[in-house]
Amino acid sequence: MNARFEYLLRLGDDALILGQQLGLWTGHGPVLEEDIALTNIGLDQIGQARAWLTMAGRAEHAGRDEDALAFHRNPEEFRCAQLCQQANGHFGDTIARQFLFDAYAVPLHAALTKSSDDEIAAIARKSAKESAYHLRHSRVWMVRLGDGTEESHAKVQESLDRLLPYVGDLFVGDDVAEAAAREGWGVNPATLRDAWESELDDMLAESGLHRPEAVPEQIGGRRGIHTEKLSYLLAEMQVLPRTYPDAQW
Amino acid sequence: MEMDLLQHFDAYVAAEKKIEPKDWMPDAYRKTLVRQISQHAHSEIVGMLPEGNWISRAPSLKRKAILMAKVQDEAGHGLYLYSACETLGVERDDLIADLHSGKAKYSSIFNYPTLTWADMGAIGWLVDGAAIMNQVPLCKCSYGPYARAMVRVCKEESFHQRQGFQIMLTLANGTEEQKAMAQDALNRWWWPSLMMFGPPDDNSPNSAQSMAWNIKRFSNDELRQKFVDLTVPQAELLGLTLPDPDLTWNEETGHYDFGEIDWSEFQRVISGHGPCNKERLETRRNAWDNGAWVREAAQAHAEKRAARRDAAGETAAA
Repeated sequence: MNARFEYLLRLGDDALILGQQLGLWTGHGPVLEEDIALTNIGLDQIGQARAWLTMAGRAEHAGRDEDALAFHRNPEEFRCAQLCQQANGHFGDTIARQFLFDAYAVPLHAALTKSSDDEIAAIARKSAKESAYHLRHSRVWMVRLGDGTEESHAKVQESLDRLLPYVGDLFVGDDVAEAAAREGWGVNPATLRDAWESELDDMLAESGLHRPEAVPEQIGGRRGIHTEKLSYLLAEMQVLPRTYPDAQW
Repeated sequence: MEMDLLQHFDAYVAAEKKIEPKDWMPDAYRKTLVRQISQHAHSEIVGMLPEGNWISRAPSLKRKAILMAKVQDEAGHGLYLYSACETLGVERDDLIADLHSGKAKYSSIFNYPTLTWADMGAIGWLVDGAAIMNQVPLCKCSYGPYARAMVRVCKEESFHQRQGFQIMLTLANGTEEQKAMAQDALNRWWWPSLMMFGPPDDNSPNSAQSMAWNIKRFSNDELRQKFVDLTVPQAELLGLTLPDPDLTWNEETGHYDFGEIDWSEFQRVISGHGPCNKERLETRRNAWDNGAWVREAAQAHAEKRAARRDAAGETAAA
Protein backbone atom coordinates (compact mmCIF):
# COMPACT_ATOMS: atom_id res chain seq x y z
CA MET A 1 0.00 0.00 0.00
CA ASN A 2 1.19 3.51 -0.89
CA ALA A 3 0.21 5.36 2.31
CA ARG A 4 1.32 8.73 1.04
CA PHE A 5 -0.81 8.43 -2.11
CA GLU A 6 -3.83 7.26 -0.09
CA TYR A 7 -3.45 10.03 2.47
CA LEU A 8 -3.14 12.80 -0.12
CA LEU A 9 -6.16 11.42 -1.98
CA ARG A 10 -8.22 11.76 1.18
CA LEU A 11 -7.23 15.40 1.54
CA GLY A 12 -7.80 16.12 -2.13
CA ASP A 13 -11.08 14.24 -2.50
CA ASP A 14 -12.71 15.90 0.51
CA ALA A 15 -11.88 19.31 -0.92
CA LEU A 16 -12.89 18.34 -4.45
CA ILE A 17 -16.31 16.96 -3.54
CA LEU A 18 -17.10 19.91 -1.28
CA GLY A 19 -15.96 22.35 -3.97
CA GLN A 20 -18.06 20.57 -6.58
CA GLN A 21 -21.13 20.81 -4.38
CA LEU A 22 -20.59 24.42 -3.29
CA GLY A 23 -20.26 25.43 -6.94
CA LEU A 24 -23.86 24.40 -7.44
CA TRP A 25 -24.94 27.28 -5.20
CA THR A 26 -23.62 29.86 -7.65
CA GLY A 27 -26.61 31.95 -8.71
CA HIS A 28 -28.94 30.33 -6.19
CA GLY A 29 -27.95 31.78 -2.81
CA PRO A 30 -30.45 33.32 -0.37
CA VAL A 31 -28.87 36.75 -0.78
CA LEU A 32 -26.21 38.09 -3.13
CA GLU A 33 -23.52 38.31 -0.44
CA GLU A 34 -23.97 34.62 0.39
CA ASP A 35 -23.94 33.67 -3.26
CA ILE A 36 -20.50 35.22 -3.42
CA ALA A 37 -19.37 33.69 -0.12
CA LEU A 38 -20.39 30.12 -0.98
CA THR A 39 -18.79 30.32 -4.42
CA ASN A 40 -15.67 31.75 -2.86
CA ILE A 41 -15.43 28.92 -0.36
CA GLY A 42 -16.05 26.44 -3.16
CA LEU A 43 -13.27 28.07 -5.14
CA ASP A 44 -10.87 27.67 -2.21
CA GLN A 45 -11.84 24.01 -1.95
CA ILE A 46 -11.17 23.44 -5.65
CA GLY A 47 -7.82 25.19 -5.26
CA GLN A 48 -6.89 22.93 -2.34
CA ALA A 49 -8.10 19.87 -4.25
CA ARG A 50 -5.83 20.74 -7.16
CA ALA A 51 -2.79 21.08 -4.90
CA TRP A 52 -3.40 17.83 -2.99
CA LEU A 53 -4.33 15.79 -6.06
CA THR A 54 -1.30 17.02 -8.00
CA MET A 55 0.85 15.85 -5.09
CA ALA A 56 -1.05 12.58 -4.86
CA GLY A 57 -0.38 11.95 -8.54
CA ARG A 58 3.34 12.42 -7.98
CA ALA A 59 3.31 10.17 -4.92
CA GLU A 60 1.63 7.45 -6.98
CA HIS A 61 4.38 7.45 -9.65
CA ALA A 62 1.90 6.42 -12.34
CA GLY A 63 1.88 9.65 -14.31
CA ARG A 64 -1.57 10.81 -13.26
CA ASP A 65 -2.16 14.54 -12.83
CA GLU A 66 -4.95 16.37 -10.95
CA ASP A 67 -7.40 15.98 -13.82
CA ALA A 68 -6.67 12.30 -14.40
CA LEU A 69 -7.42 11.72 -10.73
CA ALA A 70 -10.50 13.94 -10.60
CA PHE A 71 -12.13 12.87 -13.84
CA HIS A 72 -10.98 9.32 -14.56
CA ARG A 73 -11.52 7.49 -11.30
CA ASN A 74 -14.65 5.52 -10.47
CA PRO A 75 -16.61 6.14 -7.26
CA GLU A 76 -14.99 3.26 -5.35
CA GLU A 77 -11.56 4.74 -6.08
CA PHE A 78 -12.50 8.00 -4.32
CA ARG A 79 -11.42 8.50 -0.72
CA CYS A 80 -13.67 11.40 0.35
CA ALA A 81 -15.49 11.34 3.67
CA GLN A 82 -19.19 10.52 3.46
CA LEU A 83 -19.91 13.87 5.13
CA CYS A 84 -18.69 15.73 2.04
CA GLN A 85 -21.06 13.75 -0.17
CA GLN A 86 -24.18 14.77 1.73
CA ALA A 87 -26.55 16.76 -0.47
CA ASN A 88 -26.52 20.56 -0.53
CA GLY A 89 -30.17 20.53 0.58
CA HIS A 90 -31.26 23.93 1.82
CA PHE A 91 -28.90 26.69 2.97
CA GLY A 92 -28.89 25.34 6.55
CA ASP A 93 -27.92 21.86 5.35
CA THR A 94 -24.99 23.26 3.38
CA ILE A 95 -23.88 25.48 6.26
CA ALA A 96 -24.08 22.64 8.79
CA ARG A 97 -22.11 20.33 6.50
CA GLN A 98 -19.51 23.04 6.03
CA PHE A 99 -19.29 23.83 9.74
CA LEU A 100 -18.75 20.18 10.67
CA PHE A 101 -16.03 19.98 8.05
CA ASP A 102 -14.38 23.35 8.80
CA ALA A 103 -14.15 22.51 12.49
CA TYR A 104 -12.03 19.53 11.40
CA ALA A 105 -10.12 21.32 8.63
CA VAL A 106 -8.81 24.06 10.92
CA PRO A 107 -6.91 21.77 13.34
CA LEU A 108 -5.98 19.48 10.43
CA HIS A 109 -4.31 22.23 8.43
CA ALA A 110 -2.69 23.65 11.55
CA ALA A 111 -1.14 20.25 12.31
CA LEU A 112 -0.04 19.73 8.70
CA THR A 113 1.90 22.99 8.69
CA LYS A 114 4.35 21.07 10.90
CA SER A 115 4.78 18.32 8.32
CA SER A 116 8.32 17.10 7.68
CA ASP A 117 7.50 17.44 3.98
CA ASP A 118 8.04 21.04 2.86
CA GLU A 119 5.44 20.90 0.15
CA ILE A 120 2.73 19.47 2.41
CA ALA A 121 3.56 22.14 5.00
CA ALA A 122 3.37 24.87 2.36
CA ILE A 123 -0.02 23.75 1.01
CA ALA A 124 -1.24 23.44 4.60
CA ARG A 125 -0.16 26.99 5.40
CA LYS A 126 -2.16 28.36 2.50
CA SER A 127 -5.13 26.12 3.31
CA ALA A 128 -5.05 27.04 6.99
CA LYS A 129 -5.71 30.68 6.18
CA GLU A 130 -8.65 29.67 4.02
CA SER A 131 -10.16 27.18 6.43
CA ALA A 132 -9.98 29.71 9.28
CA TYR A 133 -12.09 32.04 7.17
CA HIS A 134 -14.46 29.22 6.19
CA LEU A 135 -14.99 28.29 9.82
CA ARG A 136 -15.67 31.88 10.78
CA HIS A 137 -18.30 32.04 8.06
CA SER A 138 -20.02 28.72 8.75
CA ARG A 139 -19.91 29.23 12.51
CA VAL A 140 -21.49 32.68 12.34
CA TRP A 141 -24.27 31.27 10.20
CA MET A 142 -24.85 28.32 12.56
CA VAL A 143 -25.34 30.89 15.32
CA ARG A 144 -27.57 33.12 13.19
CA LEU A 145 -29.76 30.22 12.13
CA GLY A 146 -29.80 28.57 15.56
CA ASP A 147 -30.63 31.81 17.35
CA GLY A 148 -32.69 33.47 14.61
CA THR A 149 -36.32 32.38 14.23
CA GLU A 150 -38.20 29.31 15.38
CA GLU A 151 -38.22 28.10 11.80
CA SER A 152 -34.50 28.56 11.24
CA HIS A 153 -33.69 26.95 14.58
CA ALA A 154 -35.79 23.88 13.77
CA LYS A 155 -34.37 23.61 10.28
CA VAL A 156 -30.70 23.81 11.18
CA GLN A 157 -31.16 21.53 14.21
CA GLU A 158 -32.56 18.97 11.81
CA SER A 159 -29.57 19.49 9.49
CA LEU A 160 -27.22 18.88 12.37
CA ASP A 161 -29.11 15.77 13.52
CA ARG A 162 -28.97 14.34 10.04
CA LEU A 163 -25.32 15.14 9.32
CA LEU A 164 -23.60 14.31 12.61
CA PRO A 165 -23.60 10.53 12.03
CA TYR A 166 -21.41 11.10 8.95
CA VAL A 167 -18.45 12.81 10.60
CA GLY A 168 -16.77 9.51 11.58
CA ASP A 169 -14.75 9.24 8.36
CA LEU A 170 -12.93 12.46 9.17
CA PHE A 171 -11.28 10.93 12.23
CA VAL A 172 -10.44 7.44 11.01
CA GLY A 173 -7.09 6.39 12.47
CA ASP A 174 -6.24 3.44 10.25
CA ASP A 175 -2.90 2.15 8.88
CA VAL A 176 -2.62 5.07 6.46
CA ALA A 177 -3.20 7.63 9.20
CA GLU A 178 -0.74 5.90 11.52
CA ALA A 179 1.92 5.71 8.81
CA ALA A 180 1.52 9.44 8.12
CA ALA A 181 2.03 10.31 11.77
CA ARG A 182 4.85 7.80 12.30
CA GLU A 183 6.80 9.02 9.28
CA GLY A 184 6.23 12.64 10.24
CA TRP A 185 4.81 14.01 6.99
CA GLY A 186 1.16 13.82 8.08
CA VAL A 187 -1.08 13.83 11.11
CA ASN A 188 -3.29 11.03 12.40
CA PRO A 189 -6.76 12.64 12.21
CA ALA A 190 -7.93 10.56 15.16
CA THR A 191 -5.92 13.03 17.27
CA LEU A 192 -8.03 15.95 15.98
CA ARG A 193 -11.32 14.80 17.42
CA ASP A 194 -11.00 16.59 20.76
CA ALA A 195 -10.40 19.95 19.11
CA TRP A 196 -13.36 19.30 16.83
CA GLU A 197 -15.64 18.36 19.73
CA SER A 198 -14.79 21.52 21.63
CA GLU A 199 -15.40 23.70 18.55
CA LEU A 200 -18.79 21.99 18.20
CA ASP A 201 -19.62 22.54 21.88
CA ASP A 202 -18.74 26.23 21.65
CA MET A 203 -20.96 26.66 18.64
CA LEU A 204 -23.83 24.78 20.30
CA ALA A 205 -23.61 26.96 23.40
CA GLU A 206 -23.72 30.15 21.38
CA SER A 207 -26.42 29.12 18.92
CA GLY A 208 -28.83 27.45 21.34
CA LEU A 209 -28.70 24.28 19.24
CA HIS A 210 -28.20 20.97 21.00
CA ARG A 211 -26.22 17.84 20.43
CA PRO A 212 -28.54 15.05 19.35
CA GLU A 213 -28.48 11.70 21.10
CA ALA A 214 -25.45 9.74 19.98
CA VAL A 215 -26.15 7.35 17.12
CA PRO A 216 -23.79 4.89 15.42
CA GLU A 217 -21.55 6.60 12.87
CA GLN A 218 -21.47 5.79 9.17
CA ILE A 219 -17.90 5.01 8.24
CA GLY A 220 -16.44 3.94 4.90
CA GLY A 221 -15.35 6.86 2.72
CA ARG A 222 -11.63 6.33 3.33
CA ARG A 223 -11.97 2.72 2.12
CA GLY A 224 -14.04 3.64 -0.94
CA ILE A 225 -17.42 2.78 0.59
CA HIS A 226 -19.67 5.71 -0.26
CA THR A 227 -23.19 7.06 -0.26
CA GLU A 228 -25.56 6.57 -3.19
CA LYS A 229 -25.09 10.17 -4.15
CA LEU A 230 -21.41 10.03 -5.08
CA SER A 231 -21.90 8.15 -8.32
CA TYR A 232 -24.43 10.73 -9.58
CA LEU A 233 -22.19 13.58 -8.49
CA LEU A 234 -19.21 12.11 -10.36
CA ALA A 235 -21.28 11.29 -13.44
CA GLU A 236 -22.10 14.97 -13.76
CA MET A 237 -18.63 16.22 -12.91
CA GLN A 238 -16.80 13.79 -15.19
CA VAL A 239 -19.07 13.88 -18.23
CA LEU A 240 -16.85 15.86 -20.62
CA PRO A 241 -13.45 14.24 -20.03
CA ARG A 242 -15.11 10.80 -20.14
CA THR A 243 -17.05 11.57 -23.32
CA TYR A 244 -14.02 13.04 -25.10
CA PRO A 245 -11.05 11.14 -23.65
CA ASP A 246 -8.61 12.47 -26.30
CA ALA A 247 -9.50 16.12 -25.90
CA GLN A 248 -7.47 18.82 -24.15
CA TRP A 249 -9.49 21.66 -22.64
CA MET B 1 -35.85 78.41 -9.28
CA GLU B 2 -36.32 74.99 -10.86
CA MET B 3 -35.32 76.56 -14.17
CA ASP B 4 -32.08 77.89 -12.68
CA LEU B 5 -31.23 74.51 -11.23
CA LEU B 6 -31.89 72.82 -14.53
CA GLN B 7 -29.74 75.28 -16.44
CA HIS B 8 -26.97 74.87 -13.95
CA PHE B 9 -27.28 71.07 -14.17
CA ASP B 10 -27.19 71.04 -17.96
CA ALA B 11 -24.16 73.31 -18.05
CA TYR B 12 -22.42 71.26 -15.38
CA VAL B 13 -22.96 68.00 -17.26
CA ALA B 14 -22.00 69.59 -20.57
CA ALA B 15 -18.71 70.63 -18.96
CA GLU B 16 -18.00 66.91 -18.32
CA LYS B 17 -18.31 67.28 -14.55
CA LYS B 18 -19.62 64.45 -12.37
CA ILE B 19 -23.00 64.53 -10.67
CA GLU B 20 -22.80 63.09 -7.14
CA PRO B 21 -25.64 61.58 -5.06
CA LYS B 22 -26.33 64.72 -3.02
CA ASP B 23 -26.33 67.06 -6.02
CA TRP B 24 -29.60 68.33 -7.41
CA MET B 25 -30.69 66.43 -10.53
CA PRO B 26 -33.81 66.44 -12.69
CA ASP B 27 -36.31 63.69 -11.84
CA ALA B 28 -36.10 62.29 -15.34
CA TYR B 29 -32.29 61.99 -15.04
CA ARG B 30 -32.67 60.13 -11.76
CA LYS B 31 -35.33 57.84 -13.24
CA THR B 32 -33.26 57.11 -16.33
CA LEU B 33 -30.29 56.17 -14.19
CA VAL B 34 -32.31 53.98 -11.83
CA ARG B 35 -33.77 52.19 -14.84
CA GLN B 36 -30.44 51.73 -16.56
CA ILE B 37 -28.28 50.84 -13.55
CA SER B 38 -30.82 48.43 -12.07
CA GLN B 39 -31.31 46.81 -15.46
CA HIS B 40 -27.57 46.45 -15.66
CA ALA B 41 -27.41 44.95 -12.15
CA HIS B 42 -30.22 42.51 -12.96
CA SER B 43 -28.36 41.49 -16.12
CA GLU B 44 -25.31 40.58 -14.07
CA ILE B 45 -27.38 38.48 -11.68
CA VAL B 46 -29.49 36.69 -14.28
CA GLY B 47 -26.33 36.43 -16.39
CA MET B 48 -24.80 34.20 -13.71
CA LEU B 49 -27.27 31.44 -14.57
CA PRO B 50 -26.33 30.42 -18.15
CA GLU B 51 -22.66 30.12 -17.19
CA GLY B 52 -23.36 28.76 -13.72
CA ASN B 53 -25.03 25.96 -15.64
CA TRP B 54 -21.58 24.56 -16.61
CA ILE B 55 -19.68 24.95 -13.34
CA SER B 56 -20.49 21.39 -12.28
CA ARG B 57 -19.39 20.03 -15.69
CA ALA B 58 -16.29 22.11 -16.42
CA PRO B 59 -13.86 19.76 -18.19
CA SER B 60 -10.80 20.36 -16.00
CA LEU B 61 -10.23 21.59 -12.47
CA LYS B 62 -8.46 24.68 -13.76
CA ARG B 63 -11.40 25.54 -16.02
CA LYS B 64 -13.78 24.91 -13.13
CA ALA B 65 -11.88 27.34 -10.90
CA ILE B 66 -11.75 29.98 -13.65
CA LEU B 67 -15.47 29.65 -14.36
CA MET B 68 -16.41 29.86 -10.68
CA ALA B 69 -14.26 32.95 -10.25
CA LYS B 70 -15.82 34.48 -13.33
CA VAL B 71 -19.42 33.90 -12.30
CA GLN B 72 -18.54 35.16 -8.84
CA ASP B 73 -17.24 38.35 -10.48
CA GLU B 74 -20.66 38.80 -12.09
CA ALA B 75 -22.26 38.58 -8.65
CA GLY B 76 -19.79 41.21 -7.46
CA HIS B 77 -20.73 43.45 -10.39
CA GLY B 78 -24.38 43.05 -9.46
CA LEU B 79 -23.56 43.99 -5.89
CA TYR B 80 -21.80 47.23 -6.68
CA LEU B 81 -24.27 48.21 -9.36
CA TYR B 82 -27.14 47.75 -6.88
CA SER B 83 -25.12 49.87 -4.46
CA ALA B 84 -24.60 52.57 -7.10
CA CYS B 85 -28.34 52.47 -7.71
CA GLU B 86 -29.11 52.83 -4.01
CA THR B 87 -27.27 56.17 -4.00
CA LEU B 88 -30.22 57.43 -6.07
CA GLY B 89 -32.65 56.76 -3.23
CA VAL B 90 -33.97 53.29 -4.04
CA GLU B 91 -33.66 50.03 -2.08
CA ARG B 92 -32.02 46.88 -3.42
CA ASP B 93 -34.92 44.71 -2.24
CA ASP B 94 -37.42 46.86 -4.18
CA LEU B 95 -35.31 46.62 -7.32
CA ILE B 96 -35.16 42.86 -6.94
CA ALA B 97 -38.93 42.73 -6.46
CA ASP B 98 -39.29 44.61 -9.77
CA LEU B 99 -37.09 42.04 -11.48
CA HIS B 100 -39.13 39.18 -10.07
CA SER B 101 -42.46 40.73 -11.01
CA GLY B 102 -41.28 41.23 -14.58
CA LYS B 103 -41.53 45.01 -14.28
CA ALA B 104 -37.78 45.51 -14.65
CA LYS B 105 -35.86 44.16 -17.62
CA TYR B 106 -32.47 42.50 -17.97
CA SER B 107 -30.29 41.87 -20.98
CA SER B 108 -32.10 39.58 -23.41
CA ILE B 109 -28.96 37.65 -24.25
CA PHE B 110 -29.29 35.64 -21.04
CA ASN B 111 -32.55 34.12 -22.27
CA TYR B 112 -30.58 31.88 -24.61
CA PRO B 113 -29.53 28.42 -23.40
CA THR B 114 -25.94 27.21 -22.87
CA LEU B 115 -25.93 23.86 -24.64
CA THR B 116 -22.27 22.87 -24.70
CA TRP B 117 -18.98 23.73 -23.02
CA ALA B 118 -18.09 25.85 -26.07
CA ASP B 119 -20.83 28.26 -25.01
CA MET B 120 -18.58 29.24 -22.08
CA GLY B 121 -16.04 30.33 -24.68
CA ALA B 122 -18.54 32.05 -26.96
CA ILE B 123 -20.18 33.95 -24.11
CA GLY B 124 -16.87 35.22 -22.76
CA TRP B 125 -15.59 36.15 -26.19
CA LEU B 126 -18.73 37.61 -27.79
CA VAL B 127 -21.19 38.47 -25.03
CA ASP B 128 -18.60 39.94 -22.68
CA GLY B 129 -16.92 41.51 -25.69
CA ALA B 130 -20.14 43.26 -26.68
CA ALA B 131 -20.76 44.22 -23.06
CA ILE B 132 -17.34 45.86 -22.85
CA MET B 133 -18.04 47.79 -26.03
CA ASN B 134 -21.24 49.09 -24.42
CA GLN B 135 -19.71 49.68 -21.01
CA VAL B 136 -16.34 51.31 -21.57
CA PRO B 137 -18.00 54.62 -22.49
CA LEU B 138 -19.98 54.38 -19.23
CA CYS B 139 -16.74 54.80 -17.27
CA LYS B 140 -17.06 58.45 -18.33
CA CYS B 141 -20.77 58.67 -17.61
CA SER B 142 -21.96 61.86 -15.90
CA TYR B 143 -23.18 60.11 -12.76
CA GLY B 144 -20.15 59.61 -10.48
CA PRO B 145 -21.06 56.39 -8.62
CA TYR B 146 -22.06 54.62 -11.85
CA ALA B 147 -18.93 55.79 -13.68
CA ARG B 148 -16.67 54.58 -10.86
CA ALA B 149 -18.43 51.21 -10.60
CA MET B 150 -17.97 50.75 -14.33
CA VAL B 151 -14.20 51.23 -14.18
CA ARG B 152 -13.88 48.11 -12.10
CA VAL B 153 -16.56 46.20 -14.01
CA CYS B 154 -14.77 46.88 -17.29
CA LYS B 155 -11.41 45.71 -15.99
CA GLU B 156 -12.90 42.38 -14.95
CA GLU B 157 -14.98 42.05 -18.11
CA SER B 158 -11.94 42.44 -20.30
CA PHE B 159 -10.27 39.66 -18.35
CA HIS B 160 -13.37 37.51 -18.89
CA GLN B 161 -13.30 38.20 -22.57
CA ARG B 162 -9.74 37.02 -22.87
CA GLN B 163 -10.62 33.88 -20.91
CA GLY B 164 -13.52 33.23 -23.27
CA PHE B 165 -11.35 33.72 -26.31
CA GLN B 166 -8.80 31.35 -24.84
CA ILE B 167 -11.46 28.64 -24.43
CA MET B 168 -12.44 29.14 -28.08
CA LEU B 169 -8.81 29.00 -29.17
CA THR B 170 -8.26 25.74 -27.33
CA LEU B 171 -11.38 24.21 -28.86
CA ALA B 172 -10.60 25.52 -32.34
CA ASN B 173 -7.18 23.87 -32.16
CA GLY B 174 -8.55 20.70 -30.59
CA THR B 175 -10.17 17.54 -31.93
CA GLU B 176 -12.67 17.58 -34.80
CA GLU B 177 -15.47 17.31 -32.25
CA GLN B 178 -14.17 20.28 -30.30
CA LYS B 179 -13.85 22.37 -33.46
CA ALA B 180 -17.44 21.54 -34.38
CA MET B 181 -18.51 22.46 -30.86
CA ALA B 182 -16.82 25.87 -31.16
CA GLN B 183 -18.35 26.57 -34.58
CA ASP B 184 -21.81 25.58 -33.34
CA ALA B 185 -21.52 27.92 -30.35
CA LEU B 186 -20.41 30.77 -32.61
CA ASN B 187 -23.37 30.11 -34.91
CA ARG B 188 -25.80 30.33 -32.03
CA TRP B 189 -24.31 33.36 -30.20
CA TRP B 190 -23.28 35.63 -33.07
CA TRP B 191 -26.61 37.24 -33.94
CA PRO B 192 -27.90 37.56 -30.37
CA SER B 193 -24.57 39.26 -29.53
CA LEU B 194 -25.15 41.85 -32.28
CA MET B 195 -28.62 42.43 -30.84
CA MET B 196 -27.04 43.33 -27.49
CA PHE B 197 -26.35 46.84 -28.79
CA GLY B 198 -30.06 47.50 -28.91
CA PRO B 199 -32.41 48.53 -31.71
CA PRO B 200 -31.09 50.44 -34.74
CA ASP B 201 -30.56 54.17 -34.24
CA ASP B 202 -33.71 55.17 -36.12
CA ASN B 203 -35.73 53.11 -33.63
CA SER B 204 -34.05 53.75 -30.28
CA PRO B 205 -36.46 55.70 -28.06
CA ASN B 206 -34.23 56.64 -25.09
CA SER B 207 -31.03 57.49 -26.91
CA ALA B 208 -31.18 61.24 -27.61
CA GLN B 209 -31.83 62.32 -24.02
CA SER B 210 -29.19 59.93 -22.64
CA MET B 211 -26.66 61.36 -25.08
CA ALA B 212 -27.46 64.91 -23.95
CA TRP B 213 -26.99 63.88 -20.33
CA ASN B 214 -23.62 62.24 -21.05
CA ILE B 215 -24.95 58.87 -19.92
CA LYS B 216 -24.64 57.50 -23.43
CA ARG B 217 -21.69 58.45 -25.64
CA PHE B 218 -22.08 56.47 -28.86
CA SER B 219 -25.13 55.33 -30.78
CA ASN B 220 -26.23 51.69 -30.87
CA ASP B 221 -25.25 51.30 -34.52
CA GLU B 222 -21.85 52.90 -34.01
CA LEU B 223 -21.01 50.48 -31.22
CA ARG B 224 -22.35 47.51 -33.17
CA GLN B 225 -20.17 48.39 -36.15
CA LYS B 226 -17.14 48.77 -33.92
CA PHE B 227 -17.81 45.33 -32.44
CA VAL B 228 -18.14 43.67 -35.85
CA ASP B 229 -14.95 45.33 -37.11
CA LEU B 230 -13.03 44.11 -34.09
CA THR B 231 -14.46 40.59 -34.02
CA VAL B 232 -14.10 39.53 -37.67
CA PRO B 233 -10.29 39.24 -37.54
CA GLN B 234 -10.54 37.38 -34.22
CA ALA B 235 -12.85 34.80 -35.81
CA GLU B 236 -10.35 34.47 -38.67
CA LEU B 237 -7.57 33.85 -36.18
CA LEU B 238 -9.68 31.08 -34.65
CA GLY B 239 -10.34 29.58 -38.09
CA LEU B 240 -14.07 29.77 -37.48
CA THR B 241 -16.74 31.12 -39.82
CA LEU B 242 -19.13 33.88 -38.80
CA PRO B 243 -22.66 32.79 -39.72
CA ASP B 244 -23.34 35.70 -42.07
CA PRO B 245 -23.03 35.18 -45.86
CA ASP B 246 -23.32 38.96 -46.40
CA LEU B 247 -20.32 39.82 -44.29
CA THR B 248 -17.77 41.64 -46.50
CA TRP B 249 -15.04 44.21 -46.12
CA ASN B 250 -16.05 47.58 -47.55
CA GLU B 251 -13.01 49.42 -48.96
CA GLU B 252 -14.90 52.69 -49.20
CA THR B 253 -16.21 52.92 -45.64
CA GLY B 254 -13.30 51.12 -44.06
CA HIS B 255 -15.75 48.88 -42.19
CA TYR B 256 -17.30 45.45 -42.56
CA ASP B 257 -20.76 45.36 -44.08
CA PHE B 258 -22.95 42.76 -42.45
CA GLY B 259 -26.32 41.14 -43.05
CA GLU B 260 -29.75 42.12 -41.83
CA ILE B 261 -30.40 41.46 -38.14
CA ASP B 262 -33.64 39.60 -37.45
CA TRP B 263 -35.28 42.20 -35.24
CA SER B 264 -38.42 40.12 -34.94
CA GLU B 265 -36.37 37.61 -32.94
CA PHE B 266 -35.12 40.45 -30.72
CA GLN B 267 -38.69 41.61 -30.12
CA ARG B 268 -39.82 38.06 -29.40
CA VAL B 269 -37.13 37.45 -26.79
CA ILE B 270 -37.47 40.88 -25.19
CA SER B 271 -41.21 40.41 -24.81
CA GLY B 272 -40.74 37.18 -22.89
CA HIS B 273 -40.73 34.49 -25.56
CA GLY B 274 -37.08 33.54 -25.82
CA PRO B 275 -35.97 29.97 -25.15
CA CYS B 276 -35.24 30.52 -21.43
CA ASN B 277 -37.09 33.65 -20.26
CA LYS B 278 -39.48 31.81 -17.98
CA GLU B 279 -36.83 29.48 -16.64
CA ARG B 280 -34.34 32.24 -15.82
CA LEU B 281 -36.87 34.34 -13.93
CA GLU B 282 -38.30 31.33 -12.16
CA THR B 283 -34.81 30.31 -11.03
CA ARG B 284 -34.16 33.78 -9.61
CA ARG B 285 -37.55 33.87 -7.88
CA ASN B 286 -36.98 30.43 -6.37
CA ALA B 287 -33.55 31.39 -5.06
CA TRP B 288 -35.08 34.46 -3.42
CA ASP B 289 -38.15 32.68 -2.03
CA ASN B 290 -36.18 29.67 -0.77
CA GLY B 291 -33.81 32.06 0.97
CA ALA B 292 -36.53 34.04 2.77
CA TRP B 293 -36.20 32.06 6.01
CA VAL B 294 -32.44 32.60 5.98
CA ARG B 295 -32.75 36.37 5.59
CA GLU B 296 -35.42 36.46 8.30
CA ALA B 297 -33.20 34.46 10.64
CA ALA B 298 -30.26 36.82 10.10
CA GLN B 299 -32.51 39.78 10.81
CA ALA B 300 -34.03 38.19 13.92
CA HIS B 301 -30.62 37.23 15.26
CA ALA B 302 -29.26 40.75 14.73
CA GLU B 303 -32.23 42.23 16.60
CA LYS B 304 -31.95 39.75 19.48
CA ARG B 305 -28.26 40.41 19.77
CA ALA B 306 -28.76 44.15 19.85
CA ALA B 307 -31.47 43.74 22.51
CA ARG B 308 -29.22 41.50 24.61
CA ARG B 309 -26.39 44.02 24.31
CA ASP B 310 -28.72 46.84 25.40
CA ALA B 311 -29.98 44.79 28.33
CA ALA B 312 -26.41 43.99 29.37
CA GLY B 313 -25.52 47.69 29.09
CA GLU B 314 -28.43 48.68 31.34
CA THR B 315 -27.50 46.08 33.94
CA ALA B 316 -23.94 47.32 33.94
CA ALA B 317 -25.10 50.95 34.28
CA ALA B 318 -27.40 50.05 37.19
